[in-house]
Amino acid sequence: MLKSLQIEPEKCTGCLQCELACSYHHEGIFNPSKSRIKVFTFHQEGRFAPYTCTQCTEAWCLHTCPVEAIVINDATGAKEVIADRCVGCKVCTISCPFGTVNYNVDSGVVDKCDLCGGDPECATACPTAAITYVDAEHTGLARMQAHAAQSIKDL
Amino acid sequence: MHHVIIGAGPAGVVAAESLRKLDSQCEISIIGDEPEPPYSRMALPYYLIKKIDESGTYLRTEANHFQSNNIKLIQQRVTKILPEQKNLQLANKTLVQYDKLLIATGSSPIKPAIPGIGLPEIYNCWTLEDARKISKQAKPGSRVVLMGAGFIGCIILEALFKSGADLTVVEMGDRMVPRMMNKKAGRLIQQWCENKGIKIHTGTKITSLAKGQDKLQITLDTDKTLIADFVVCAAGVKANTDFLKDSGINTDQGILVNRHLQTNIPDIYAAGDVAQGLDFSTGEYSVQAIQPTATDHGVLAALNMAGSKEAIHRGNINMNVLDTLGLIACSFGLWQGVEQGEHAEQYNPERFRYINLQFDGEYLVGATAIGLTQHVGVLRGLIQGKIKLGEWKDRLMHDPLRIMEAYLSRTQAIGFNASVW
Repeated sequence: MLKSLQIEPEKCTGCLQCELACSYHHEGIFNPSKSRIKVFTFHQEGRFAPYTCTQCTEAWCLHTCPVEAIVINDATGAKEVIADRCVGCKVCTISCPFGTVNYNVDSGVVDKCDLCGGDPECATACPTAAITYVDAEHTGLARMQAHAAQSIKDL
Repeated sequence: MHHVIIGAGPAGVVAAESLRKLDSQCEISIIGDEPEPPYSRMALPYYLIKKIDESGTYLRTEANHFQSNNIKLIQQRVTKILPEQKNLQLANKTLVQYDKLLIATGSSPIKPAIPGIGLPEIYNCWTLEDARKISKQAKPGSRVVLMGAGFIGCIILEALFKSGADLTVVEMGDRMVPRMMNKKAGRLIQQWCENKGIKIHTGTKITSLAKGQDKLQITLDTDKTLIADFVVCAAGVKANTDFLKDSGINTDQGILVNRHLQTNIPDIYAAGDVAQGLDFSTGEYSVQAIQPTATDHGVLAALNMAGSKEAIHRGNINMNVLDTLGLIACSFGLWQGVEQGEHAEQYNPERFRYINLQFDGEYLVGATAIGLTQHVGVLRGLIQGKIKLGEWKDRLMHDPLRIMEAYLSRTQAIGFNASVW
């Protein structure tokens, strides 16, 4: 059964353990700027919102890649960057409308969430269960629908 | 049903693969005129700097990818389309019958009308073959003049620079990348290059090219003369439509298409750099000649060729990302702004950082950034998603770097706005 990351920002305390875990898993260093998941801060509201790639079905990053360096992992459904094949052209970074594919200046290739091959470190590290790895059917479709309705109400 | 696609670039290949997904039985042929497997021009600069070998430029990595998808590759040049007979004529005089035809012939470099432009030491950097030539010629100490500092010019700058060549750039516009960057941004890129020892003449035209004893003599309209071993011409591209002259297919800057990417002739479609498609931001039809548009066109053309009536083009946003010797620049949509629009800007020339957001009322309509590599795609999301910014408009006016927060706040449940849950 396909699983996906469920993010519940209202549970996030902004501790950044997810960023450290992600950076350590992928880069071997504890450097939040190297994390594929980012916690955004809303000072005025006193809130935090972790955000990363949702492994969306449109997969703009994958389709626009000129050298087939982003592929689907059949086991997890994640869209993964094959670093050896990525030339670093960055077209995927402007194509992803969620801003979740980023160019890594040090490696010369792009980074994105790969769900850690099926055991996401961010979810393991999160002390408040703001990030969980759950059955893809249960990631809050009702909530998404409520927000979609809310957002078109303004248009 | 025989679907024929002319052009083996991203638009053509994506269209072929999409057609195969939609219909496992139909016959699909791609006709391309270069003696290579389908490859990506986007990857050539990385081949030039030897980050990848030739096979790293291929659009598809598996050797038998096309065969296993039952897509026939024909290496030939199409000389003529005969719509009445539903036939194509190839350079070797054979005819190919089609039921549905996609023209995805891309574009070619413009040869500016300058005396001496035909000399053998004037190269383009457009095909894999061009790249092979340049990579052989560019050596430490060789003197190279790059004509044109547009997108393609800038992207091959690095390769020429890294080869150790003594490099001079001549650009007609008043700044580098004038069709993608505003004045501040274009000049920042110029400063960056000059700091690395590249000589740059903006607002300057080459008036003639001539062969001296063993070097080229390049005369500028400032009356200055440059000496070079070879010249790389990157003076823009134009859509490959010449072969359509007698076909009855309407063209302007490119092939005119409707919102189904159909031409004026039944069963003939166009996609990619050759198609003058709908622009999301302007509502007009223009040739964008960018990779994301080419692949989007490919998918959409395939849907329409396979008979889907609902596959309507919503328009592509014009956007580009450029790496000039490590300085990363991007622009989106109406980066020049709109009448009565407002803009927010942060400019830090010492650190080569710049961001400029263009608003139309409560909506973001365009953006330019330099030195920004994190979350740039969200600029597309904000623009193309037509995200109403509300109070975030003011916040972005004060701090234009908070683009991700603006997007998340306006599209996700974040606690303070989770009341709908």
